[in-house]
Amino acid sequence: MTFLTYLINGLSLGSVYAIIALGYTMVYGIAKMLNFAHGDVIMVGAYMSFCSVMYLHLPPWLSVIVAMIVCTLLGITIEKLAYKPLRGATSLAVLITAIGVSYFLQNAALLIWGSAPKVFTSIFNNVESFRLFDGQLVIAPETIFTVIACIVIMLVLTFFTTKTKLGKSMRAVSEDKAAAQLMGINVNSTISLTFAIGSALAAIAGVLLCSSYPTLMPTTGSMPGIKAFTAAVFGGIGSIPGAMIGGILLGIIEIFARAYVSTEISDAIVFGVLIVVLLVKPTGLLGKKITEKV
Amino acid sequence: MKEKTKKIRLTSYGRNAALSYGLVTIAFIVMTILNSAGITTNSLRGQLVPICVYIVLAVSLNLVVGISGELSLGHAGFMSIGAFSGVVASACLAKTIPAAMPRLFVAMIVAGIIAGIAGFLIGIPVLRLRGDYLAIVTLAFGEIIRNILNVIYIGLDGAGLHVATSVEGLKLWPTGQVLLNGPMGATGIQKLSTFTAGYILIMFTLFVVQNLINSKQGRAIMAIRDNRIAAESVGLSATHFKMTAFVTSAALAGMAGALFGLNYSTVAPVKFNFNTSILILVFVVLGGMGNIVGSIISATVLTILPEALRQFADYRMLAYAIVLILVMLATNNMELRALIDKYTAKILGIFKKKNKSSADADLETMEGGQN
Repeated sequence: MTFLTYLINGLSLGSVYAIIALGYTMVYGIAKMLNFAHGDVIMVGAYMSFCSVMYLHLPPWLSVIVAMIVCTLLGITIEKLAYKPLRGATSLAVLITAIGVSYFLQNAALLIWGSAPKVFTSIFNNVESFRLFDGQLVIAPETIFTVIACIVIMLVLTFFTTKTKLGKSMRAVSEDKAAAQLMGINVNSTISLTFAIGSALAAIAGVLLCSSYPTLMPTTGSMPGIKAFTAAVFGGIGSIPGAMIGGILLGIIEIFARAYVSTEISDAIVFGVLIVVLLVKPTGLLGKKITEKV
Repeated sequence: MKEKTKKIRLTSYGRNAALSYGLVTIAFIVMTILNSAGITTNSLRGQLVPICVYIVLAVSLNLVVGISGELSLGHAGFMSIGAFSGVVASACLAKTIPAAMPRLFVAMIVAGIIAGIAGFLIGIPVLRLRGDYLAIVTLAFGEIIRNILNVIYIGLDGAGLHVATSVEGLKLWPTGQVLLNGPMGATGIQKLSTFTAGYILIMFTLFVVQNLINSKQGRAIMAIRDNRIAAESVGLSATHFKMTAFVTSAALAGMAGALFGLNYSTVAPVKFNFNTSILILVFVVLGGMGNIVGSIISATVLTILPEALRQFADYRMLAYAIVLILVMLATNNMELRALIDKYTAKILGIFKKKNKSSADADLETMEGGQN
């Protein structure tokens, strides 16, 4: 039974990673940049939800919407101010700018909310836990909703990118910017849209993450951000199902490592698995292999 | 006659190298004089050794990122290996080498060798990968090193070194001393680092890196960076040359780590996290990829900057972030850059005209003198 509990916890954590990784992977796919500020958008989302429940006394579900709207606007603003002027610059320059944005968000949060951790009230506070096998297996509502949210997001995104016009234009831009532009696709607005979707997902992930792990600090987002980035690479960066699989596997590995090996070196095990996977499959689990032309 | 003057002139490499040695030496002399005159503030004096450490780290990372062209996000990992092995080595040698300076150098050499070995072992898997995948694996190794250092306990007593995964596991004699204390890191370190040692380490690093860049090996490394396929097709082994750069960089980072570790009374593994790796990368990118002098300047300025911004109190890191973003935008935006280039060309144009006439005059006097 404990094994099942760990598995379910792993699924839940993995689902959060997967949602964050989706944002990473979409932005990478379209802008070919590692958006290190993504983890901090998660933190902003969580703070927004926290504040709207705490000070505006909004119902929890509405606070998620508020967080999503704020993060979407934030994502678009960041893209417009910091990344758009650098289009065509080296990827390392964009990476450092993203790190600058990440520092900025963390320190702005530190100034606004202070360094003392806030206790985040779960948005599923009023929902009963799920009991199975005569109460031997208790599943928290956060777990169920996180997994459901992850599956729904995954399905909607897959539908969006394969069936809708906007989604198809996103894929076209990520494949070949110049050709997409010649076909009449507005590249700039497509990139903005990607950032908007990624940031909205980050807001959801932030709320879900803090519902399960309720300490909220300005640095809350950075470690999950790095882990989710690892998950995106693990599954093959740029691939949506890859991010999903990578995230969930990473979450499960992390929880099992914590439970059966040691809490202290669980991160080392997670990263160790990543290294082994990349050695066997250098472009991740579902990544496309690009052959070099001479 | 003309040929002779050409020989006297340094190559662009030589000029840059001479500039870097000169810059560091002048800065060292000025700071030493100011120090002995008692003009420098306490906080600045406390920052001298960290500045040396970060300069060495930036120059060594530049070898991997700028010269070899591989993005490494785990440089702090090598620094931490160096720091802790340096601390352990210095404690072990306390009786054999009582003098501070020689012990510091032996500790740095030990740290450099251990970090170099770690760099080699990590390089084997890492250098098989390309681009962003390589970057993420270096990040992963940085985190793994930090995680492992969190569970390593090393103690010293009459029977020698003890290594375990908990304090109780060390089974030390009552007189024994715990050197590495897991997440608490190294405690009770005897401070050995001095500004002079930092200066010597910087000069050594510059010597190693600049000679490597200007050697046959260095040109091979850059050829592989610029076009891997072309370089491999003329028989250069990409893995071999990339490994040379990677291991050299790791060893130098380890030496810098030892200097860093022996500068404080306690050092915890958490100091060497992802953010520190990123900090070093920021030095390299802001200083200019592959530009050694740039790395030296940006490492110095960016180490002093947060302190200099102290008057902004809580806003200083925010200000730092904004400065960082603005500098990146200013130096990398195509339109802005074109504008800057236009004006610098104009200014240089005026300057060059003047310079040319004076240079000609110089040449004439030189020739006259030789005649």
